[in-house]
This record gives sequence, C-alpha cells and structure tokens, in this order.
Amino acid sequence: MGKNPFIIEVNHVSKQFEDGKYALNDVSLQVKKGEFVTILGPSGCGKTTLLRCIAGFQVASSGDILLKGEDVTKTPPYKRPVNTVFQKYALFPHLNVFNNVAFGLKLKKEDPETIKKKVRRALKMANMTGYEERKVDTLSGGQQQRVAIARAIVNEPEVLLLDEPLSALDLKMRHDMQIELKELHEKLGITFIYVTHDQEEALTLSDRVVVMNEGKIKQIGTPTDIYNEPQNCFVADFIGESNILSGTMIRDKKVEFCGLQFDCIDTGFGENQPVDVVIRPEDIYLWKVQSDKVQSDKGPDAASQAELDPEDRVPKGKFTKWYGEVQSCIFKGVHYEMRVLTPDGYEFLIQDYHEYLPGTEVGMLVRPEDIQIMEKEHYIYNYFEGEVTKNGKVRFIDAEWEVEPQQIEGFEPGEKVQVRVPFRSIDLQDYEEEGTLSGEVHFILYKGNHYHLTIRTDEGHDIYVNTNDVWDDGDRVGIVIPPSAISIQKSESSHE
Amino acid sequence: MNKILQIASSRRTWAWPYILFMAMFVVLPLILVGVYAFTDIDGHFTIRNFAKFFSHSEAIQTFLYSVMIAVFNTAICLLIGYPAAYIMAQEDFKTPKVMAMLFILPMWINFLLRTVATVELFNMCGLPLGEGALLFGLCYDYLPFMIYPIYNTLQKMDNSLVEAAYDLGANRWQSFWKVIVPLSMPGVYSGIVMVFMPTVSTFAIAELLTHNNIKLFGSLIQDYITTTDLLNYGAVLSLVLLIIIGLTSFFGDNSEGEEKGGMI
Repeated sequence: MGKNPFIIEVNHVSKQFEDGKYALNDVSLQVKKGEFVTILGPSGCGKTTLLRCIAGFQVASSGDILLKGEDVTKTPPYKRPVNTVFQKYALFPHLNVFNNVAFGLKLKKEDPETIKKKVRRALKMANMTGYEERKVDTLSGGQQQRVAIARAIVNEPEVLLLDEPLSALDLKMRHDMQIELKELHEKLGITFIYVTHDQEEALTLSDRVVVMNEGKIKQIGTPTDIYNEPQNCFVADFIGESNILSGTMIRDKKVEFCGLQFDCIDTGFGENQPVDVVIRPEDIYLWKVQSDKVQSDKGPDAASQAELDPEDRVPKGKFTKWYGEVQSCIFKGVHYEMRVLTPDGYEFLIQDYHEYLPGTEVGMLVRPEDIQIMEKEHYIYNYFEGEVTKNGKVRFIDAEWEVEPQQIEGFEPGEKVQVRVPFRSIDLQDYEEEGTLSGEVHFILYKGNHYHLTIRTDEGHDIYVNTNDVWDDGDRVGIVIPPSAISIQKSESSHE
Repeated sequence: MNKILQIASSRRTWAWPYILFMAMFVVLPLILVGVYAFTDIDGHFTIRNFAKFFSHSEAIQTFLYSVMIAVFNTAICLLIGYPAAYIMAQEDFKTPKVMAMLFILPMWINFLLRTVATVELFNMCGLPLGEGALLFGLCYDYLPFMIYPIYNTLQKMDNSLVEAAYDLGANRWQSFWKVIVPLSMPGVYSGIVMVFMPTVSTFAIAELLTHNNIKLFGSLIQDYITTTDLLNYGAVLSLVLLIIIGLTSFFGDNSEGEEKGGMI
C-alpha cells in the first residue's frame, strides 16, 4: 500500500442523540496533511459535533474516524495526537500562564529545562512573551486566546482543532487574530481544522471549506469554488449575498430566467430542465438609460435603445441586457448596494462602485461565466404519500385534509395514494390555529420575485411553499391547503 | 405627609429593625461575654479567670479533645461528602435534584430530635454509645453542610476545563487531581468551615450520644455557665473558643482570597 496522503479520514460518520435526532448524518471528509480546513455552517448544523468526534469528546454512533490511517473512533481524547483550542478558551484559572502552557508537557514528565524552553517558544509563537507569571483572569480575551493557542501547540500535535476560537473577540481583534492564525499555520506546517459560523473567516483562512447544514455536508471545495460555484441553494444563500432565481436550461450554454434567454457556460443539464440560477450582486453591471424607453422595452432587442452612459467599465459585446428601476441605494463603505426592480416584478440585489439613486432607470447585464447554474433540489410540486380516509378526507403528513368528493371518486377508503400539492397554492396563516397543521418557517430563499420557503411541520415534515408574503425565519404559521390544490393519484409505490 | 412618605421609603428606615435585632442578639451578648470574662462574681475587673484557664489542665484537655473530634468529623464528612458531591455534579447524573433533596431532607427536622432518634437506633441495634456513636452522630448531622458547598462549586465548574485537561493528555485520574480538585477548593474550604466550627462547640449531641460520658468543650462551657458562681469562668471559655474559631475562619478566608466561597 502506498503512503496515505490523508491525516484525517472521516468515513460515513453519524451521531444520533438520545431523542433520535441526528447531529451528524453520514458525514465523510478527508483532510490532507498540512491542510487548513474550515467547517462552516449556521449554529446547530453539526459542525462542532464533528470536531468533537475528531477530538474524541464525543463518540460517533456509526461510521469511523481514522487518524494517520489508524482507527481512533473510540480512542479517548488523551490518547489522540490532536489538540484543541476551545471556544471559551478553557484556561485553567488556578494556574498562571506558564503552568497553563506547561500542563501537557508536565503530564508527559518532560524535564523542567525542556519544558521551560518549549513553553517559551510556544508563547513567542503566540506573541505572548513576558506574560509567563500572569494569572489568566487578568488577561484580555485576545490574550487568553493566545495562551490557549500556545497551550495547544506546545504539545506539537499533528492536528490542531479550533472550535470557533475567535467568536468571543471584537471585530478588529478578530481580524488581527485571523492573520496571526494564518501565519501560525504556515510556520507550524501542521493540519488545522477550524470550525466557524463566520463565512468571511472561512473564506479568508482556509485551503478548503466544508459547508454543513442540518448534520450533512452540503459542499466541500476551495473558497473560490464555494463562492463562485455553489452546488445548491443553501450554499449560494449562506455564502455571501446572491440573487437566486428559478430558470430553465434551454440547452447546453443557454439558460432562460426572468423571461429572457442568456448565454452561459454550463453544460450537461439536458434540455428544458428547470434549474436554479445564482448571480452574485457584484457580477451585475449597471448603467443609466433613458427613462421613457424602459417601460416598453424588454428582451435582447432592447439593446438598441438610447443609453446615457455606456461607460468603458461595462463589457462590450453581444450580452443579454435587461432593464429596471433602482428602488433603494445604500452606501456600504467600498461599494453601493442597490435593489433594482424590473417591470415584470423581479428584484435584483446589485453592488457597484457607482451610486445610482432610487428612481434611476438602469440597464443590467451579466457575463456568461458569472451565471452559476444549479440543479433544482425540488420544483413546483410537493409530493406526499397519503391515504384516503373513511370520512372522505385524505390523510398525509400526519393530518387529515378536506377534499371535494369528486376528487376521491374511485378510491377506496384506506387506499394508499400519492398527493401532489403545488408550492404556489399553499396558504400560510399568521395564527397557527387557523391552519389544519402548524409549523415553523425553516428556511427562506428569495427568488427575485417571490420567496421560496421551507416549512417544517411540528411532526417534522418539510413542505415547500412559494409566496409573495414576507416571513421571518422561525415564524410560527398555520398551514392551509385548499381542496382544489390537492391532486390525488394512485400510489406508484405498488409498481416499484 | 410627603415627608413621612419620604422617610418611610428611604432605605435607612427599613434597616432599623435589623440593626435593632443585631444589637440585641449579636452585639449585646458578645459585649456581655466580654464583660463577664473580665469581671469576678462581684463585678470587679479581673484577669484571674484567664489565668485559671491556662493552668486548668482539664479545660485545656477537653478543648484539645473537642478540636480532635471536630478534625475527625470534618475529615470523615469530607471523605464521604466529596465523592457524593462529585457524582451528583456529573453531567450524565440523571437525578441531582432528588439526591440533593435526600441529603437535605433530614435537616427539615430539628437536630436534637434526629440525635435522640440516633440514640434509639443505636439501642435498637444493640450498639454501644460512646466515641463511635458520637462521631457517627456528628457526621450524620453535618454531612449536608459539606456536600452542598462542594456540589455547588463542582456544578458551576466549566466542563470544557475537564475536556481541556483530557485534550492535553491527562487521563481521568490526572484531570481529577490536577483540575477538578484544585478548582473545587473554595467549596471544600466553606464545607470545612461550616462543619468544623459548629462541631468544636457542640454539646447536646455529645451528651445524648455518650450518656454524658464524653465531655466536649461545648458541654464544659454549658456546665460552667449554668453554675452561678462559675459564670465568669464560663464566659472566658466562650471567649477563647470564639477567638480560636474566628482565627480559623480568618485563615480559611485568606487562603481563598475573595473567592465566591460556594456557601449555600
């Protein structure tokens, strides 16, 4: 067997808690020696659990974890060649800085002179020389974090695990520490696994980013890959700002959205395939156009209209252009952030170095390589397994729904059926008790002219809803499905 | 009218009942103990009572014996109490509240009644009363005072500190001695103080559990104070005890700085 290039291998690891919920759901990840890998995701996505499984504080329910090719899935933490920097530092308050850093070395019974030398070197690495005799509670947050880092690296681990180490620091301090961590990684040459919920941190620091959500890995890639080529809506939405729109892949390198056809560089989606389109706000070019033309014009032929400032910074060529009116404009420091509304009701978020005041009519274009196409995870319809009940209703997702008698004509009570409900026709009510079922807004995606919501019912089912109403994450809602929206078919499961 | 309201609502006004109470039941008795200690039976100033104590070998021996009993009791309470508190403070321990309740429950009943019950228990089992019974009774009475402060500090301790110790290569035993024990010292100190001090001056428990055969310093003080012509000497013994206890608590305080103490 050849030399194993991976220092850490996580193979199909799941972690299930006592209540049956999965903190990790079949997670696999390989880390090369010397890599700086960041695990990124919102709180509760399982990133810390994954780190704790690697450190040994938690034992995976299934799957295995290999360190240097050796199975350590059930090895206690004190026997693993890894060290951790904890989120709240976890410095020992009864010891001074020197003894905190020397803790691991003293356990290994190294001789006092070596300990002294190593501690001094580790403190120097962490820029904490001269603090040896200080009590840890007299140090500032940033200084405590440095001591925590020194305490971990003094043991010369092969992997350093960092659990949101900078989250308790203020913004300025965080930026300084980011640079220091990056330098430290280069100096030490060891593997860093870094957990954070801060996407900027993940993009600046890492060689590779692992994006997680709900216990699953959503994408692994370099920071540029993750940013420029998100593989799904979650990643596109979580990393940076983005315009996410529903579209159709007409054929290879041709995509339609907002009623217009665009050239793009993606291939292999098939013909007339529904897709999601992602355009980053900074990738849309803006220029001012004459106002009276805008209303009547749309489509590729609109390129002929009078354009007031087709400046050099807008790329020349045969690009699809579209038009709209600036709704709002906010100064963001380096750039301006504008919301532009098209006459068909699509809203775009655009960042530009130039200011376009609200009310300005503008032209927009995007280069083919800046259009990112993703396969739709689900579209138009919710599909549920259901059953016709005795009292003429249909039972699915743990509730009974009213239907018109003719809809279930020809179905026996108790018969298994497949139920189809369009995203569009589900009503959400402010008061949970007004709905047949209640749930919580779980994930929101703005699709340019509507919101695409994931509603998680109290029983744990996900329902997708398209709506123009504004909801917030975590809002409690009542779910109403009008009888006309429910279409019932014979269950296909019997044919499988 | 306004003025009355103003006076009634000021914090100073509300402090008066407490000041009065403290003066009556804490300060005044202390002064009286002091006055009696420095006077003879006719009320004349004297330091003969002190001289008597230092040449009175029985009193000194009883005192040393009481301190020894208190040290033993404190040690036993610590040996039983620390593991109990440690187990209760573990994260995966399912019923810490119930356990804490079970430890506290006996304290709902007056300690004299409990001691009388202990005597009956010993009689029923045919066990002899005496030093062993005394230590058992003291331990039974004061154990909760040891468990509770230790449990409190252990429970408040950040679990990531223990994880950090594991992470740095300490096994369970090493992380217990190098991290958990040092960090629970404030609780241990208040436990010791809360068990040691009342045991030194205890007397009722000793009387009941040894058929008055073993005299503790507390019993001695009680004997003298209830004897009219030795009242002043009793006051001296009280004062000596007070000073010694004051000193120990002073040491205890110093060693932990202005730590949170972990009292109930």
